[in-house]
Amino acid sequence: KRKREPAPVHFALNNAAVLIQRWYRRYVARLEMRRRCTWRIFQSIEYACEQDQIKLHNFFSYLMDHFTPSSSKERDFISRMFVSGESFKEAELEKYCDYESMEVPDSYTGPHLSFPLLPDHATTLLEAFKRKQQLHARYVLNLLHETRKHLKQLPNISHVSTCYSEEVTVCGDLHGQLDDLFLIFYKNGLPSPSKSYVFNGDFVDRGKQSLEILIVLFTFLLVYPNEVHLNRGNHEDHMVNLRYGFSVHGRKILKMIQNVFCWLPLATLIDQKVLIIHGGISDTTDLDMLEKIQRHKFISVLRGKKRKESNRNVEIQEIIGESKADASAAEHDAASSPSPQPQPAQAPSMTNRLEFSKWVRQMVQEQIERCRQLVDSESEEEELTYSSFVSMTDLNAPCWTRQEEWKQILDILWSDPMPQEGCRENTVRGGGCYFGPDVTKKILEKYSLQFLIRSHECKQEGYEFCHSRKVLTIFSASNYYEIGSNRGAYVKLGPDLVPHFVQYQANKTAHTLTMTQRISRVEESAFRALREKLFAHTSALISAFKAYDKDGTGRITLSNWATAVESVLRLGLPWRMLRPQLAHSMADGMLEYKSWLEDLAMEQQSQEHIQSGLLEVIYRNRSNLETIFRIIDRDHSGLISFEEFHQTWKLFSSHMNIELTDDGINDLVRSIDFNKDGNIDFNEFLEAFQETEFNSDCQKASNWVPSLES
Amino acid sequence: GKKAKDIAEIEKKVIEAFEVFDHECNKTVDVREIGSVVRSLGCYPTEAELQELLAEVEEEEPTGYIHLEKFLPVMTRVLLERSYQPIPEDVLLHAFEALDENKCGYLTKEELVKYMTEEGEPFTQEEMEDMLSAALEPETNTVCYKDYITLMIVDDV
Repeated sequence: KRKREPAPVHFALNNAAVLIQRWYRRYVARLEMRRRCTWRIFQSIEYACEQDQIKLHNFFSYLMDHFTPSSSKERDFISRMFVSGESFKEAELEKYCDYESMEVPDSYTGPHLSFPLLPDHATTLLEAFKRKQQLHARYVLNLLHETRKHLKQLPNISHVSTCYSEEVTVCGDLHGQLDDLFLIFYKNGLPSPSKSYVFNGDFVDRGKQSLEILIVLFTFLLVYPNEVHLNRGNHEDHMVNLRYGFSVHGRKILKMIQNVFCWLPLATLIDQKVLIIHGGISDTTDLDMLEKIQRHKFISVLRGKKRKESNRNVEIQEIIGESKADASAAEHDAASSPSPQPQPAQAPSMTNRLEFSKWVRQMVQEQIERCRQLVDSESEEEELTYSSFVSMTDLNAPCWTRQEEWKQILDILWSDPMPQEGCRENTVRGGGCYFGPDVTKKILEKYSLQFLIRSHECKQEGYEFCHSRKVLTIFSASNYYEIGSNRGAYVKLGPDLVPHFVQYQANKTAHTLTMTQRISRVEESAFRALREKLFAHTSALISAFKAYDKDGTGRITLSNWATAVESVLRLGLPWRMLRPQLAHSMADGMLEYKSWLEDLAMEQQSQEHIQSGLLEVIYRNRSNLETIFRIIDRDHSGLISFEEFHQTWKLFSSHMNIELTDDGINDLVRSIDFNKDGNIDFNEFLEAFQETEFNSDCQKASNWVPSLES
Repeated sequence: GKKAKDIAEIEKKVIEAFEVFDHECNKTVDVREIGSVVRSLGCYPTEAELQELLAEVEEEEPTGYIHLEKFLPVMTRVLLERSYQPIPEDVLLHAFEALDENKCGYLTKEELVKYMTEEGEPFTQEEMEDMLSAALEPETNTVCYKDYITLMIVDDV
C-alpha cells in the first residue's frame, strides 16, 4: 500500500506523530510489565509466608527431638509451649465465656444489643462502626454464643435457591477490611428477605477490623437466617489466626470465636447447580462425605510434619534413648490413654530422672497428637445433629478415618486452580491441592453442577474466570496488597445463574492517581518488601555469589546474580526484569554484590547495635517468632515476661544454629522500651523490625467515602 | 565463546519476559500481548514493524497465540541486531516541537488529540485518554511537552 506522496510539512508531521506514538506505546508496555512483576512479587511473598507455617512446625518437631530442659524454669516453659490451647467441654465453655455477669457501665455510649436480634440492631451496629465505636465485650460474647447456637443447627452444605429472593450476591475474602464491606452494602443494599448474600470465607486476618466484620456478619446472619450464608475459609482457623494476629481481644472472645469458626458451614449450593467453597477442590473431593462429617471437630486444619503411625514410637525411643522395655511400656500408656486432655504443667521433680523422662515422653506424645491434627477433642455428649445421627444408624454408612475427613476439609479450604491438567499437592501454601480443568470437569459432571465459585486468591480485577469459565474466583478485599493494587468485586446470580459483576475500590485516593502513579506506588511497596526479603537472606546470598566469584573479586555477572538470587529466595520471580530496580550494574555489566548487600542492610531500620546476623534471622523468621510469642502469651495480653522472652530466644537460636549470648539477648531487649512490670510487649518489639505492612494504615481512610466507580 | 554466552543470556531475558505474559503457563502468549513483551525488552518498534515481526512468529494457521519456540530465535536475533532502537530524549523533544507550529512550548488539547488520533499510527481512544490524563494541565487544557517528557523519563526506569 503506497500513500500518495505527502507534502514535506505533512511528511514531517506524520513522522513526528509516529515517533511519539512509538515512544508512548513502549512506555505503556513497560508499565504493564512493571505492573505484572509487582503483582508477582506480592503474590510470591504472600504465599512464601504461608510456607512459614511448615517451618514453625519443624521448629516444634526440633524441640521435641532435641531439647532437654536443664532447669525447672525451662521445663515449665517447654510444657507451656506444648500444652497450648486447652480443650473445653460444652458446659465449661459456657462457664468460661460467660457474659451475663459482665456489666455494661452507664458511661458506655456504644450500641446495645438484645436478643433475639432485629433489623434495627444491625443498622445501629453499622452506624456505630462507621463512627468508629466499639461493641461492648458483653454483647460480643452474647452475639458469639447466639451465633454458635444458630450455626450448630446448620448442615455442612448450605442450600440456597434463587426462586425465593431473585438474586444471590456472593462475596469473597474480606480479610478484616470493613470499608470494603460498607462499600458492598452501599452499592448492593443490606441483606434482607429480598436480598440474599453468601460470604465465602476469610473474614478475618491481615486487615485491622476483623472483629467488626465478624460482628456485622454474625448479626445479619441471626437477623436474616434464611438469606445470609457464611462459608468457612482457611483463615477461620485458630492456628492461622495466631500467625496473622487476630488474637488481641482477650481470652474469652478468642475462645468463643474458635468455637464459632469450627461450626461455620463448609460450602454453599445455589439451586443445586453452583457450588461455592472458599479454596477449591481436589480429585478426591466427595460432597457426600462433606455433608456427613462432623465439621466442628476440626478447629484447625493445619498440621505438622507428617509422621507415619508406625514410626511414631520408634522415634520417641530414639529421642529419649530408652531401652526397648521402657519404650513399649510408654507405647502401652499412650495407647490406653484417651484422646489428649491437657496435662497439668506441673512436671515431676528433676531429681527423679525416670519420672521426668516419662513425663517428657508423655508431653512429646501429646504434642505429636496435637500437631498431627489440631482437633479440639470436645468429647461432648451433646445433642446429635441430623447428620451424625444418620451416619450412626446407617449400617451401610462408610466408616471414614479421621484422616480422610480432615483431607476433605483441607482441600476445599486451601486448594487453588491451575491451568494444567491433574491434581498435585499445593506446596506453596502448605495445604490443599492445585487442581486442573480435568478435576473441575469431573466434579461438575459427578454432581450435575454448572460451575464453581471460590475465593482464596487475590485478583487484580476482583474476579477472574479459569477452566473455561467453569471456575470463578471472587475476591472482595480491594487494595489488598497496597492502595491501588487491586479492585474488589462481588457477583450476583439470578435464576438464570448468569454472573453479573460489580467492582470497586474502597479508597478515594486510588482514583485521583494516574495509572502511572498508581502503579509506581504499589511497585514501591512491593520492592521494599522484596528488598527486605533479600536482606533477610544476606548470608545465604553471599555464599551463593561467592560460588560464582572464585577469584574473590567481589563482582559477578548479572546473569549469575539472577541465578544465584533465585536459588536462595525461590520466589520464581523474573529477576532479570526486576534487576534494574534492585541493583545497579557497573559499566562493564558486572555487579558488585558486597556493596549491594551493604546498601540493602543500611536501608533497614536503624538497629545498628544488634549484630547483623541476628537481625537477618529476625527478619527472616519474624512471622514465626510472632506466632511463638503468641502461643506463650497464655492470657493474650500482648505481654510476656522477660524470662519467657529470654527462653524463646535461646531455643530459637539453637534451632537456627546461631551464636546468641546473653548479651546478645539483652541487646535485643534494649532495642525496645520495655518496662511494663518487667514484661515485654512483643508486638512493639516485632514492630521495630517491621518495615513493610501489606495493609498500611493510610488505607483506612478516616472519612469513608463511597467509590464513584460502578 | 563470548558470543555464545551473550546469546544464552539474551535468551534467558527473552524467556523471562515471555513468561510474565504466559498466563496459562504453557509457553504461549496471546498475540495481542506480544507487543508488550517485545517492548519491555527495550525495543521501540512502530506498529508496522511489530506486524512484520508477528508475521515471522505466528503459526501458519494463526491461532491467536504465539509459541515460545518460534518467538525465542526471532526475538533473540532482534536483540542481537539491536533493531528498533530506543528514542533519545532530545529526538522525542524535536518530534513534539515539530507538532508545535507556533513554537510556543505547548500544544493545546485539540492539537495533540488531532495529531495523535489522525496522524502517524493513530491512537485508540483509550490510549489518547491515558496520555491526556498524565500530560494535560486541566486549568489551561494544554500540554507543556517539555515538562511531560521530563516526567515520563523519570518515571520510566
